[in-house]
Amino acid sequence: MKENREGIKGWLNPTRYGANRFAYWLQRLTGLGLLAYFIAHVIETSNIVYGKNAWEKMLAVTQTTEGHIVLMVVIGMCVFHAANGVRLYIAEHGKGIGRPGRPEYPYKPTSLGLGMKACIWVSVALAALAMMYGAYVLFGEV
Amino acid sequence: MAKRVKIRVFRYNPAHDTDARYDEFEVEAERWTTVLDALLYIKAHKDHSIALRYSCRMASCGSCGMLINGIPRLACYTKVYELGSDVVTCRPLPNFPIIRDLAADFTAFFAKHKSMKPYIINEVAESIDGREFIQKPEEVEKYLQFSYCIKCGLCYAACPTVATDRRFPGPQALAQMYRYLIDSRDKATDERLRIVDDRHGVWRCHFAGSCSMVCPKGVDPALGIQLLRAYLLGMNRDSKVVAELYRREPK
Ligand code: HEM
Ligand code: SF4
Ligand code: FES
Repeated sequence: MKENREGIKGWLNPTRYGANRFAYWLQRLTGLGLLAYFIAHVIETSNIVYGKNAWEKMLAVTQTTEGHIVLMVVIGMCVFHAANGVRLYIAEHGKGIGRPGRPEYPYKPTSLGLGMKACIWVSVALAALAMMYGAYVLFGEV
Repeated sequence: MAKRVKIRVFRYNPAHDTDARYDEFEVEAERWTTVLDALLYIKAHKDHSIALRYSCRMASCGSCGMLINGIPRLACYTKVYELGSDVVTCRPLPNFPIIRDLAADFTAFFAKHKSMKPYIINEVAESIDGREFIQKPEEVEKYLQFSYCIKCGLCYAACPTVATDRRFPGPQALAQMYRYLIDSRDKATDERLRIVDDRHGVWRCHFAGSCSMVCPKGVDPALGIQLLRAYLLGMNRDSKVVAELYRREPK
């Protein structure tokens, strides 16, 4: 209590500090989601060492509705994480975040300007589009 | 037109309380009443034992930072009306230890600021004898905005990395490091880069931007941190030329 640190609690709420904090939260969530998928994927595909039958049984799981939905979420996570990752990469090289000047009221920070915000929402939109295309391909063939 | 609002004040004294509580006070707020005005009214007329820190009442001294309705703000720079709520909840700034009630302990925060060597390092400046550094307006603009920092700690309270990593210097200190690094009078570039080039240093920032969102002075610490990182990555090395001392000729 006396320490009053926010701790991991501070990471959980993405609604407090605008678009960049939301992107931070989603990058973390999708990063961990992709990591979980990656581990599951390695375990899943290692089934092949148990022969053709085991492999095909495993493939059948991805053909269910639940399997399709999981894959769609993975597609969305991949696209947002990659696009937003590229945005972070550029910003952390000092590009696209404006330059220092003479602060004028009401002190709008250039690093959270329209460019960065647009990139965040474009990343979200690209992820949504990719998920829709994924749904079209996955559910289209059922 | 005045409105009645409920001010909820966090009360906790680590010396003898096991739990914190909120005390509630009804206050009349005018359009121009700041949260600090309301708290000082409560102190003067209802409960003088509330502990809080303030001095200038004009967003200059950086003492009155607190968590107001969930966001770090200066109490003297936040009007009750602009919160758009009839309930105003005041808590001490997170990520700072609590001294009592709304007063937070800035010892670690100031120590981190100090560890950035927040002063010009240049042996020539020691023997200045009537000469001066000449800086072009463009050179001043590289650091001016960062020098507006009033050390209020709002950014430090908003930062999710400070919230979990004790060794991370935080947005205020890192932005000050960039402020001195990029000042053309400063010569300690390598020494400065060594201090922040650490996995608990500048690289720990995830650019969540919350620091710049809450900064009341337009410092934009997130910008300073990204530029510092870019400098380490070799992106804008040519942007700094160390200034020479000139003797200004009498007219
Ligand atoms: C196109 C490929 C990718 C790009 C451009 C990319 C980019 C990034 C960037 C820039 C960060 C740092 C974010 C920050 O500073 O907060 C990050 C974090 C992370 N990434 Fe990726 N990434 C990619 C693919 C992946 C994949 C395939 C995985 C999983 C196997 C993954 C897992 C993670 C994890 C766990 C984090 C840590 C999250 C955090 O600290 O908030 N990434 N990624
Ligand atoms: S950078 Fe802004 S928020 Fe942080 S201590 Fe300085 S003035 Fe306060
Ligand atoms: S009282 Fe000085 S900044 Fe608020």
